[in-house]
Amino acid sequence: MSAAEYLLPYDFSPLTILTYITVLGLYSYGLFSMPNSDRPGAGRIFTFTLGVLLCYGVMQTLFDYYSQYMFFVHRGQHLILHHLGPILIALSNPLPVMQYLYRQIPKSALPFLAPVGWVYRCLQHPVLASLLFFGLIYLWLWPPIHFDAMLSRDLYWVMNWSMLIDGLLFWWLIFDPRSPATTNALGYGKRMLCLAVVAIPQMVLGAYIVFARGMVYDVYEVCGRAWPMPPETDQLLGGLLTWIPPAMMSILGILIILRRAMRDDTTSNVSNKAAKEATQ
Amino acid sequence: MFSAKHITVRFLVLAASLAALLSLSGCSSDQENWNAKDISGLMPELAYQLTDTSGDMVTAEDSAGNIRLMFFGFTSCPDICPTTLQKLAQAVQKLPEDAQEDMQIIFVSVDPNRDTPERIKSYVDFFSDGIIGLTGEEENLRELSKRYRTTFGYEEPDDKGNYAVSHSGAVYVFDRNGKARLLVRPEQSMDALIADLTALANEGA
Repeated sequence: MSAAEYLLPYDFSPLTILTYITVLGLYSYGLFSMPNSDRPGAGRIFTFTLGVLLCYGVMQTLFDYYSQYMFFVHRGQHLILHHLGPILIALSNPLPVMQYLYRQIPKSALPFLAPVGWVYRCLQHPVLASLLFFGLIYLWLWPPIHFDAMLSRDLYWVMNWSMLIDGLLFWWLIFDPRSPATTNALGYGKRMLCLAVVAIPQMVLGAYIVFARGMVYDVYEVCGRAWPMPPETDQLLGGLLTWIPPAMMSILGILIILRRAMRDDTTSNVSNKAAKEATQ
Repeated sequence: MFSAKHITVRFLVLAASLAALLSLSGCSSDQENWNAKDISGLMPELAYQLTDTSGDMVTAEDSAGNIRLMFFGFTSCPDICPTTLQKLAQAVQKLPEDAQEDMQIIFVSVDPNRDTPERIKSYVDFFSDGIIGLTGEEENLRELSKRYRTTFGYEEPDDKGNYAVSHSGAVYVFDRNGKARLLVRPEQSMDALIADLTALANEGA
């Protein structure tokens, strides 16, 4: 097989390609035209691009073919769409670029964007965000729905896009670069609580799939696998991918937030001290 | 700024609309009780362009008006292909005579390197007279299997050149108009299959 066959989409989706081009286009436009002082450094630009390209790669290359016909590859695909890709994008802190782009929107158009803001604020309620995060995993892995999603092209696209969008929302809520001390961003304690709360149901589901004696997802049996592999092995690997990496990512997330909270504490202590000394 | 009360109200409204949406989609499912998986609306209508056992190019139009039972496999298949074809042939034979004439079993070989039209002919004739045996270029077969969200793959050949082929174990059932209707899982019993085929044959009859 040639390199082109690996890199070209298995299931060509113009809308998906257009969305990725728009996102990267807007990001580069923002980077080039924004003031030098606000521009993110090379490391952050690389992290953002890597996150976006990873998500693109699992949706519009031959990887998508294997995701459709191997359960464990499908779990890997969702691990990237719902976890790794959005984590990289959120950690790259594209906020300055987004703020610059927001300022370019004509004032007259802002009232029309208000409903988007309402929906966004609702979805970013920590309870709803956590519920949606593991709820979507349960929804798409509920065997009858999983079966339909794998049989219907439309439903399959809805599944992958809903996982990506929810991943971006959740991890943006968690890794919001603004400090909760000075803005209305979610407090560090609540962020860590969200991470712990979503880890548990994922571990339970993963363990259930790993230890299931029968076939939980027979759609791969019904529709044929990409290559002959024992169904038990496929299910076991898929279960492990649902169980271990997401749990690890929650813990890593908690550590990152903890470090941020400690750093914020130190800076606020230093400034408090400075303020005290200044008054004395 | 939005107060906590505002956010809670919005949260409740959104949760209620989500719940309504879910219950709606639950209600809209077909009330007919099929034993097989109902795939109405999930998949596109039947279409293919393949070679039959006489070496002629055929399309889905050629069998239009019949209820088509399509199965992917290969003639060297040790277990699931012979079992399924036998089950299909027997189920059709047990239907009333006019319903029998409505049914068309289609066997698509996804192993064109080994399965010549002659080999497919002697294979399908072993199970029943009326079965259509098809194959084609791997590219055409890939296109057809992709259309029905299935695939196939080949194992590395052993010393004697034998290899296993992974393929769909299900039977795709299309109605007289070519609409995708049912997906019969390999474990579905003969009686359940006969019941489904009878119900389908009685539709609009």
